[in-house]
Formats: sequence, structure tokens, C-alpha cells
Amino acid sequence: METGFVLPDLDGEDTAEFWAGCQRGELLVQACDACRRWRFPPRPMCPDCQSVASHWVPTSGRATVWSFVVPHPPLLPAYADLAPYNVIVVALDEDPTIRMVGNLVTSADGPINEIDPATIRIAEPVRVAFATVEDVTLPRWVRAGPQ
Amino acid sequence: MTVTLRDQVAIVGIGQTGFGKGLDDSELSLGCQAIVAALADCGIAPGEVDGLASFTMELNREVDVARNVGLGDITYFSQVGYGGGAGCGTVLQAAMAVATGQCRVAVAWRARKRAAKASRPWAQVPPRLSDHWQWSRPFGLLRPVDEVAMLARRYFHEYGGTRDHLANVALAFRKHANRNPAATMHDKPLTREQYMDARWISEPLCLFDNCLETDGALAVVLVGADRAVDLAQRPVFVHSGAQGLPRQHQTMINYFNDDPLEGPSWAAARQLWRGAEFGPADVKVAQIYDAFSPLVPLSLEGYGFCGRGEGGPFTDGGALEWPDGRLPTNTSGGGMSEAYVHGFNLVLEGVRQLRGTSTSQVADADTCLVTSGEGVPTSALLMRN
Repeated sequence: METGFVLPDLDGEDTAEFWAGCQRGELLVQACDACRRWRFPPRPMCPDCQSVASHWVPTSGRATVWSFVVPHPPLLPAYADLAPYNVIVVALDEDPTIRMVGNLVTSADGPINEIDPATIRIAEPVRVAFATVEDVTLPRWVRAGPQ
Repeated sequence: MTVTLRDQVAIVGIGQTGFGKGLDDSELSLGCQAIVAALADCGIAPGEVDGLASFTMELNREVDVARNVGLGDITYFSQVGYGGGAGCGTVLQAAMAVATGQCRVAVAWRARKRAAKASRPWAQVPPRLSDHWQWSRPFGLLRPVDEVAMLARRYFHEYGGTRDHLANVALAFRKHANRNPAATMHDKPLTREQYMDARWISEPLCLFDNCLETDGALAVVLVGADRAVDLAQRPVFVHSGAQGLPRQHQTMINYFNDDPLEGPSWAAARQLWRGAEFGPADVKVAQIYDAFSPLVPLSLEGYGFCGRGEGGPFTDGGALEWPDGRLPTNTSGGGMSEAYVHGFNLVLEGVRQLRGTSTSQVADADTCLVTSGEGVPTSALLMRN
């Protein structure tokens, strides 16, 4: 079903494995075979040692909120219908310079406008949750909270 | 051998069309009209033009501009990428071409019809994304304002910046526009209360933190300094110029490196000041790229007017306002209150300040900094008269 969401190409040369990992419930990060440094977004060459050999490592999926915004219209129709919603950038626990854009939700397939933006705090802990949109699995984030 | 740019080339002609929404003339016609106006301003015939520089996003191709305006043999033509980061870079590349003899009369220009909502790039529903936007757009981070708001929120968090600082920026530029009859916001004063009550576009940014999408075109003419002194207008010399694409930078969504709040301005500034005989304290007036208000405090830091995190407080006390501020900035109203033509109107206002013809003329202005977009691979110019 067409949702009107903007979605990634799942077959990209450097990126397909990231999206495939999401579909298996794994948040993967690319790592250099030679110097072991992590890098994101994925790309063919390691900027630290220029190796073109890389592999994928699963992460804990734990992160903290680095920043967030609350978009209001005018927006593309599928997003305008949900506005105002949140968009967050998270920093991974294992390496806080690895950051990803996502949304803070209350459950994996919950809407991106469910959480009151006034309650979102920079540095609050979150963990990854995988949402299905058409044939794509997107990494979103739920509050890690005290468990 | 090193060839330095320093004051070897001058901007001798400036031209622009009117600004507005839904202008009747085509983008090609507007661009050609601006170029003809700039040539008339300095008294150089179209057939003498042999160099061209513009943006990769410019829709008017060199061949069409040359065939319409009646240009001669073009021996240098170049385009600079990254949208709002390109403006000063086009002038810089034109100046370098004149300085090295690749051409003798260069024109840099920008023509743009973006006022119609449907013309905005973010409003097009794209096919599946295979470029870097796949890491941000699926989550609803769709527009440039959303991408800059993300940095602004982090900036507030790290340094204690506030919406009052951004209001300082918006109000200063609006005051200047209110003095400039060519500005689209000439007749519309703005108060701090109106700013604070404005609707959100992408929290923490409101309506008045955004530039004005505008139809219009602008052009400048450059020649060597030896010829410049004989022409109709007071020459404005390109003292130094730079482009900047810092390590591990990603355009607009610069979240994927060690220090996202140190953007392209810092890289451009290092080269800009290396090429100059003076420093930030000697700059009398500035035109700073302002597609969104947070880019101004970031650029003030990047170009060395204050330290990291001090760009917000720098704007206090009317610091950016003509005539008494410590650094009168965007004296024609800038992208937020004159017109947003990808920042090219900032170049022309820099020239007017050094000719002594601005509608908010800074007394004894003899140096001006002009910058292009922070947050994208960028460029900057230092001018003197």
C-alpha cells in the first residue's frame, strides 16, 4: 500500500545490508576490516585508513537523544497529516559520534506524533524499535527509561 | 609560484531585477536583464564579456545567456555547487579567472523563480531515495528548515542560546529592509512580540526565522584593477575569497561527524583570513547568509567575530543593527527581509556599501565581509574599496 512516505531504495550498493538488517530486527553499523573503525552512513571507503574492505556489526540499539525538532506544515501530505510530529537525532551508546535520524515513538509501529514534544529531553536514553512502512523497515526509537 | 588574488580584480558593475512572487518574466529573461543592467552600470558592452560563473542550480545555461545577451567568445565558464553555499564562490572563481588571464570581463549571476510553492525541491515527492537523503527524509526531516532546526536545538542546548538571540537577527534585518525600497518587506515592520507569537515552522524555529522565497535575478561584472579605475563606478576590490568544505561534512544534514556545530564557515574562514591583510576586527559591515536565522550566529563564530557559542550573545544590544551596532549586518534586509535569491543579493549589497550607496550606509565603510550558506559547502568574500 502506498503511504506517501519518502522511503529508501532497499537495493543500494553500499546501503542494502543496513536496510536488510533492519528487516531482521538488527541495527547494523559498517566497520572497517583494516582499522576496525565504525562509520555511518555507509560508504565504500574508510576515511581513516582508505580501506575498501568492510563488514557489518550489530549494535546494542541503545542511544541517547542528541537533538530533536517538531515540524509543522507546509509538509508533504503524508507528513502534514501527522504534524506536529517529532524527528530526533540519536547518538549510539557504543560510539556517540555515530548518529542517526529517527523518530521517538511509544511502540515500534506507533505513530510519530504520539509523544508530547514538550516531554522530549536531549540526552534521554532510548532504544531502537523497528517500524514497518510499506516494504521498508525503519529504525525508530522508544524511551529506554527505568526498566 | 603563487598568484594571490589580493585586490587584483574589482567588481565594477552590479544589476538586478525587481523582487517579487510570481514575476511575469521567465527565469531566462530575468537573468539576462540583470546581466544587461550590470553591464550598463559600468559601461561595458555585452560583446566584451568573455567569462561566466554561476550556480550548478542555475537553470539558465551559459549558451542561452550568451545567445540572448549577445556576449562574445567565452573563454572561461564555471559553476559552483551546493545551492546557497555557491554565491561568493561564483564571484571568487570569476575573479580568479580574470586574475590569471583566462578572461578579461567576467559576469557572475543568479536568476531564480522559487516563489511558487510547487517549485520548491522538498515539495516534490521523490522516488525511492538512493542518496544521502535516505538517512533523514523517511523520518519526516523533509525541508531545509527542519535540517537547520535540528542544529539550532543542539546549539541552544550546548551554549544556552535562546529564541531572543534569533529574534535579534530577524528584527535587525527587518529594520534594514524597512529602509530599503527594493526589499520585499520594505513596508512591513516586525516587533519582538510578533516574532514570539509567530506560528512554528519547525520547532524551535518559527515563521520569522525563515528567508523569503523570491523571484528575481542579480549579476555582477568583474575586471582587472587596472581597468576598473577608469570605469563609471567606484571599484570594489576582491581582497580575499575562499570556499570551504570541511572534513567529514555532509551537506544540510551535517550530523555525522565529531563536531556538527563547527561547519563549513570555519574551513572557509581559515583560507579567507590567510589571504587577507586585515582581520575580523577591521570589518566595518557584513552580509551574512541568512536562509535561516541560526546560520547567522554560527557564521559569526566561524568567521571569527566571536568564540564558539558566543554567536547568540553577540547579537544582543543591537549589535547587528545600522547605524550604531558593532557589526551592521545584512544592511539591505538580507535573505530574511529583502529577498532570498540564493544569497546573491548579499554580494550586491556588499558592493553598494563600499560604493557608499546603501540605503543603510555605514559611515566610512571600507571593508565588507560577504558570506554564503553555513551548513552547506560554502564560500566567502572580503571586499575593500
